[in-house]
Amino acid sequence: MAVLTDDARRRIGEYAALYPAARSALLPALHVAQNELGWLPRDAMEEVAELLGLDWDQVEEVASFYTMYYKDPVGTYVLEVCKTVPCAYLGADDIIDYVSAKLGIQPGETTADGMFTLFRVECLAACHRAPVMQVNHRYYQNLTPERVDALIEAARQLQLQSAGAPGFAIRRTWSESVENAQ
Amino acid sequence: MSKEPILFKHLAVPDINKLGVYVENGGYEGLRKAVTDMKPEDVTKEVSDSGLRGRGGAGFPTGRKWSFIPKGVLPTYLVVNADESEPGAFKDRELMERNPHQLLEGVALSAYAIGCRLAFIYVRGEFLYIQEILDAALAEAYAGGYLGKNIFGSGYDIEIVVHRGAGAYICGEESALLDSLEGYRGFPRLRPPFPAVKGLYGQPTVINNVETLANVPHIVRHGSAWFRSYGTEKSPGTKICSISGPVQKPGNYELEMGTPFRVLLEEKAGGMLPGKTLKAYIPGGASAPMLPNRPEFIDVPITYEDYPAVGSTMGSASFILIPEDVCIIYAQLRISEFFAHESCGKCIPCREGTPWLMKTVRRIERGEGREDDLPLLLDICDNILGRSFCALGDFSTSNIVASIKYFYDEYEEHIRRRACPHISATAAVA
Ligand SMILES: Cc1cc2nc3c(=O)[nH]c(=O)nc-3n(C[C@H](O)[C@H](O)[C@H](O)COP(=O)(O)O)c2cc1C
Ligand code: FES
Repeated sequence: MAVLTDDARRRIGEYAALYPAARSALLPALHVAQNELGWLPRDAMEEVAELLGLDWDQVEEVASFYTMYYKDPVGTYVLEVCKTVPCAYLGADDIIDYVSAKLGIQPGETTADGMFTLFRVECLAACHRAPVMQVNHRYYQNLTPERVDALIEAARQLQLQSAGAPGFAIRRTWSESVENAQ
Repeated sequence: MSKEPILFKHLAVPDINKLGVYVENGGYEGLRKAVTDMKPEDVTKEVSDSGLRGRGGAGFPTGRKWSFIPKGVLPTYLVVNADESEPGAFKDRELMERNPHQLLEGVALSAYAIGCRLAFIYVRGEFLYIQEILDAALAEAYAGGYLGKNIFGSGYDIEIVVHRGAGAYICGEESALLDSLEGYRGFPRLRPPFPAVKGLYGQPTVINNVETLANVPHIVRHGSAWFRSYGTEKSPGTKICSISGPVQKPGNYELEMGTPFRVLLEEKAGGMLPGKTLKAYIPGGASAPMLPNRPEFIDVPITYEDYPAVGSTMGSASFILIPEDVCIIYAQLRISEFFAHESCGKCIPCREGTPWLMKTVRRIERGEGREDDLPLLLDICDNILGRSFCALGDFSTSNIVASIKYFYDEYEEHIRRRACPHISATAAVA
């Protein structure tokens, strides 16, 4: 059963045409699928496989290798806080504890309302702006508890405003609406 | 820097990311000159003569790498390594974010030199916004006729595709990057054959770092002799140095090669934050051995040749500072966690060794270390070093060995007191 929209299928087709071999479009295709669905259920991987002329296990093998593909459902907003050196001792551990306490979840868990998932991740190439996190793969840097409060509040607001809209649209609007401090 | 910067020269120019502004500032002049006036081999020769070396870490001479591409085997590919996943490194990000056309021009020039008509820029998965910036710049350059078909009426076509990874440090390793770009898991490939002979889709391929290629337009425009007026005999040019940790002004600084680390630390980054003193620093990202705060290590000139002379490596010049109040074992634990997480699992010494290192460091950090844990750590390192499939395994050992060498007492104290002296010190204050 098709789980991707026609638009996603069309974009995957466009990616496939960019490369000398269609299989090269696998990573971009998985990004497209995940942007629509929030994560990569088996149905989506099967559909990507069909579009690129692969078997589903070839797709699964690749999806499971890369940390940015979610193999299990995640919240509408995925908070990924860097915990590597030097962030670790520049406040990252405190920010992780703060988010964890505020949302009542441990790293790896999703809030009961399905809004937020928290992960600890490796260096995000923003060590000079520590502590740092990505929310749905957009940067939020120089974090403080106050900034975290503001981010979470903005996320909740926008979620309410755009209830019913497809996930990616919410994400884009939201991350663009919050000033990204340098 | 006393001389004019090369790569960051235009950072202060407003809107330098826009095609028009880039062109007004001499942009795409090098490309025009090359495709209308120079043979591909002339471009390679100019780059060879400049002494430009790879800025991705290994420092391989760039012109020499290009000259390995066999004649007449088509198509050839150029792949830009913009994976930038080494902890401490954030320079390519700034180069692409602030001056995308400088990279695109460098890509087109280098592609021309090796007869490539389709080039790829592999950005790490987290660089979603960088992909958007590059795609926007590409669209402008195609529309303006600076890239695409028959550029400058020369008959040369060049297309560039921005490809985004999905979170895997190993994909910065050039052969794993190629596998990833072909739509597979990022596993390193056996060499030989080297990518120059059999690379992307089995065709001759050059892989270069972002910063390496960003230098090429300047070399073509101003000549190799001009480039060599910067830096040292063995390390010509400048280096973008990333500095992070508890300093006043962390960030990227372009320095002439040969500038002592002290200048980066004290003048550029403004020294340590009040109340912080330097304990040790890592010059080349998490994979380079740390050096303790001693004058002979602070005065090292930043070059490919000077860091090996003191037992470390410049790598991508990503300087991570560790202050006195941070436990070395804790810092090492985070580094060991990184390598255990990022080991791709293809070869046994690295797949089994990196988690073993991590677990051993973790128990020492928790005050559960055993008396023979230090010889054990060094023994595991011995069994990874030189025995793993790619350099990731080697990288995972460098800071274990260096931290034990320079901070033996700290390890020993953790094991003897069965606690982290740092945690108990803070607890005592609280
Ligand atoms: C585990 C590992 C990770 C690497 N990561 C990167 C990286 O993120 N960026 C990069 O340019 N080179 C990286 N390299 C080095 C590349 O393999 C390769 O040497 C480089 O891209 C060549 O380009 P250059 O000659 O312009 O430096 C890595 C190497 C290893 C072994
Ligand atoms: S260590 Fe956190 S972004 Fe690099």
